[in-house]
Order: sequence, then C-alpha cells, then structure tokens
Amino acid sequence: MKRFLIALVALMLAGPVVAQSGPLRLTITDGVIEPLPFAVPSFEPENAEAAQVAADITRLVALDLSGTGLFREIPASAFISAHSRFAQTVAYPDWRAINAQAMISGAVTVSGNQLIVKFRLYDVFSGTEMGGGLQFAGTVDGWRRMAHKVADAAYSRITGEGGYFDSRIVFVSESGPKDNRQKRLAIMDFDGANMQFLTDSSALVLAPRFSPTGDRVLYTSFASGSPRINVLDVTSVGTRQLQTADGEMAFSPRFSRDGTQVIYSLANGGNTDIYRGDIVSGASTRLTSAPSIETAPSLSPDGSQIVFESDRSGTQKMYIMSANGGDARRISFGDGRYATPVWSPRGDLIAFTKQNAGRFHIGVMRTDGSEERLLTSSFLDEGPTWSPNGRVIMFMRETQGAGGTSSLYSVDVSGRNLKPVPLPNGASDPSWGPLQP
Amino acid sequence: MTILPKIALMGLIVITAGCTNPDRFAAGANDAAQAGVNDPTSPLFFNQTIGDRVLFAVDTSTLTDEGKAILDGQVGWLQSNADYLAIIEGHADEQGTREYNISLGFRRSNAVREYLVSKGVPATRLRVTSYGKERPIQVCSQESCYASNRRAVTVISLASLS
Repeated sequence: MKRFLIALVALMLAGPVVAQSGPLRLTITDGVIEPLPFAVPSFEPENAEAAQVAADITRLVALDLSGTGLFREIPASAFISAHSRFAQTVAYPDWRAINAQAMISGAVTVSGNQLIVKFRLYDVFSGTEMGGGLQFAGTVDGWRRMAHKVADAAYSRITGEGGYFDSRIVFVSESGPKDNRQKRLAIMDFDGANMQFLTDSSALVLAPRFSPTGDRVLYTSFASGSPRINVLDVTSVGTRQLQTADGEMAFSPRFSRDGTQVIYSLANGGNTDIYRGDIVSGASTRLTSAPSIETAPSLSPDGSQIVFESDRSGTQKMYIMSANGGDARRISFGDGRYATPVWSPRGDLIAFTKQNAGRFHIGVMRTDGSEERLLTSSFLDEGPTWSPNGRVIMFMRETQGAGGTSSLYSVDVSGRNLKPVPLPNGASDPSWGPLQP
Repeated sequence: MTILPKIALMGLIVITAGCTNPDRFAAGANDAAQAGVNDPTSPLFFNQTIGDRVLFAVDTSTLTDEGKAILDGQVGWLQSNADYLAIIEGHADEQGTREYNISLGFRRSNAVREYLVSKGVPATRLRVTSYGKERPIQVCSQESCYASNRRAVTVISLASLS
C-alpha cells in the first residue's frame, strides 16, 4: 500500500504572524447551532502546473468543513474581494459585508509529483489571523490528504477540538445476494475516497479493528471454517493468524491502547467469555468466567477498564469491569438489548447498538449509564465506531428484505448530520483509525 | 461392496468444500449426487432422509421435541457409519448483533453436540462451529424465513477434523 510522507512545518511562512487567537470560537455542544459561515477563495496556484490541484484542494477543504454541518460555505459568487493572492492584505470589511466569520486562504505549488500547500485562517470580525500560517508537503497523488490537513487545521482552530478529516477507515466491503454474500476487508479515507481492498473474498471476514496507530488491523476470518483472529499489516497487506493459546473459535478482537495486546471473545462449547492475549507471545488470560455470553469488549482510553456486553441477566446488557477482569457493574438498564459497546476516545461516552421493539438504534450514554440518547433508528443499525476526536460516529445500516444491503453512515454525537458514506459496494463493520501523522 | 460409492462421494465433498460458501448444504441437492439418495450409508441420505438440521425458537438453544427426534435419527446414522465425522454448524437469524449471534450459534451447535454425545456418539467424531447471522438460507425479513435460519446443521465429512 502506498503511503505518503507528510511533512508538517508550522510557522515557517515569511512575514509577520499574528500569534494571538481571535475571539472566533465555535463551541460544539449538543444544543442546536447555526452553522458558522466561512469563505474559501480559490487557493492561489503558484505555478501553472498547480492550477488544477489548487482548485481541487479548495473545493475539498470547503466540502470537508461544510460536511460537518457545523460550517456553511459562502459561495464565491457572493464575494466582494477575490483575495486571489495568498500574500495580499485581507480586506476584512469586504468579508464582513457578506457575513463570512472565517476566511481561509491558501496557495499551492507543484514540482513534479511534489505538492506544497500553504494556508492561513482569518477571523473576519476580529480582523486578525487565527494561529500562524501552515505549510504541508506531500505528493500530487496524495492531494486529498493535503486538503484534509488544511480542513483539520481550520476545524481545530475554530472549535478548539482535534480534527478527523485526514483519517482512514477499515471496513468490510460486501457484494452478492444475501444468501451468498461475499465479504472482503477494505480501507478508505474518512469520506469514502481512495477505497482499496485488503483481502480477497475467498473466506468470510468480519469486524476489522484498527490498531491505535493505524498500522495493523485485527479481524475475524472463517478461512478454517471456524472464527479465528487474524492480524493484517496495513502497509504490506500481509496477514497472519493470531497465536493466542486458544486461537480456535476466537472473534470480536480489539487492540489494547499500546497495540501489544488483544482483548477478544472465545467460544468454548456453548459458552463465550472474554480473554486478553499478548500479540507477540500468544500468552492469554481469561477475564470473565460466567456461563453466559460475554463478548464485544472495548477498552477505556486509559486502558484500565473494559466495557462489554453480556446476557447474564437474561438478555444483552452492557457492563464495565477492570481490564484485569473481576467484578463487573451493569451500566444499561433501559428496555431492549444493548450490544457492541465502544468507549469514546474522549473517555466520556459509550456508543452502542440498541435493539428494542423490532428496531435497531445507535446510541450513546455516559460511562455510568446516565444520559442515554438514541441517535438513529432503522430496521438494522449496528456496530458504531468513533471518529478520532470523539465527535462523530460511523456505523452500518442494513435495509430490510430479500434485497437487503448494507451501507455505512455517519452521524454527529449530537444526533445531527446523519448521512451515508458514498461507496461503490455494500459495506459493514467500520473501524475508524487515528488521525494520520 | 459399499466402498465404491463412498469414494465417489469423497470426491464430491472435496469439490464442494472448495467453494466459497462454507454452508455447503444451503444450495440443496446436487444432481450429480442423486444416486446417493437411496443409499442409506450416504451423506446425501443423511441430509435428505434422516435430516441434517434442527431449528430453534428466537434467541434460544433449547432442543425441541421435533429436533430431538431428528437428532435421534442422526445418532443412529452416525453409529452405523462409523467412518464419518461431523461438523455441527450453528446459525442465527438476522435479528441480532453480529458478535452475539456468533455466540448464539455456538450455543446451538453445542446443544446438538451434547445431545449426540449423550446418546453415544463419540465426542471425538464431532466438531462445532458457528456462522452467526452470516449464512442465511432464506433471505426475507419475516419470521417465515427467520425460522429456517435459526438452525444447527450437522455436516457429514470423511475428512480429518483437524
């Protein structure tokens, strides 16, 4: 797999840089917000070769920001000033007049396959630059990543939170009818672009999970006729079976936060329990020992606790226990079934699948079980995964009936901005990787 | 001489085992194997006359009386055909999450395994697996289809179970 070397050089642009942050700040809350209006004049191509990619990057920066639902782009047709030169003085009154609160300016240079993108962000109503200028270097082939990096920087400066545009998602690509469905691991950018297959469809594969650094993927393969956990190297696309001591009948894996261990489920006869295994040595420890089903474990960001689902009370509910096992406390008490809990990267929320009264929902609750909110509802919504900044959840939605197909959707943790991820094939089981370096 | 048809069937098993759908009996009878239907020692006879599957109620792994009757037939066949092994595949309908349904399928395949063993089939001849909700044989989203998909299928094999 091709990887792009990205150099991030801050504060290296010539000229005076206003270091102070302006008062422009969009606080992401659960309350209804009015999208913040912004303007992105076409990035300046600094040489003729850069003309097309400068236009493409400008459009993608705008699309990334407006796609969050938190920002609204002011069309170029409304501009009073063109701001066609990156180095020119900002005509703040002209941007205030069209109510642009933020203005993003950029410049692009192409030299062979080398691409350099510079950008600055302006707080229009304060009449100041927000943060310093930034410069990103990469390849022309990787121009989308340059645009995502610019959009991440703008998002981050305006909201005070980490971005998520320059990230990738590993998932299961699906084709064929319901009774002969072919499943392959695939990887894509957060917006569905640059999709590539990671495995062929010779064996059923399920539920890939990114490592914390995005270099490896754990997944469940039925190549042997039974579920077993494999680990795949994203760069080489090489796979091997995980050498846990009880590797047979193992599924539902996730990496530990340091990437050296895996927590997973193992079926022994009719019983399923949760284990922890060392990825290198294969040594494993049993963490639960109830006769009920314990599965879908997910670690807290600090690695000290595990949230999981169990039907020990008679039906699927969510529980939290120490990462070393032992007593568990139940956190979900509502009607219906609670499954596939995933701890948010911010540590504050658990995302889950809820099944109740014939419908499936993606929901979130606090780690003590309070403030449960259902974000979606359909015939079958399942398997949430968090954006790196904990603000967006991606999941799979399957339609009903003989022709039912799966696709990926994303939704804000507020419940707003529900939208499908555009992909050529059916898709399920997304796992959102980290922000790329 | 019963060994000749078995050799022919062994070839059939090897071929079908290589296809991409591991639920090898979902597609129904293979015309080429029709000759085996009337041979009580054939896996096809087991599948079609003895009955290779038992069904379950929603979210349960409890064997029904009807299921036990089918499994009694399986016990008799396995005892008469001692050179065959069996893989018991547990399945669930689509009403449930992926991981849970894999575990539920293991409960179902294990319920069948325990019943067969309790009636005298050596445990060493049996292996269990689960496909969860991944291999439906009926594709509608109604109980009529779900009922067929909540199943444990005993797949007869001459191959090594390793």
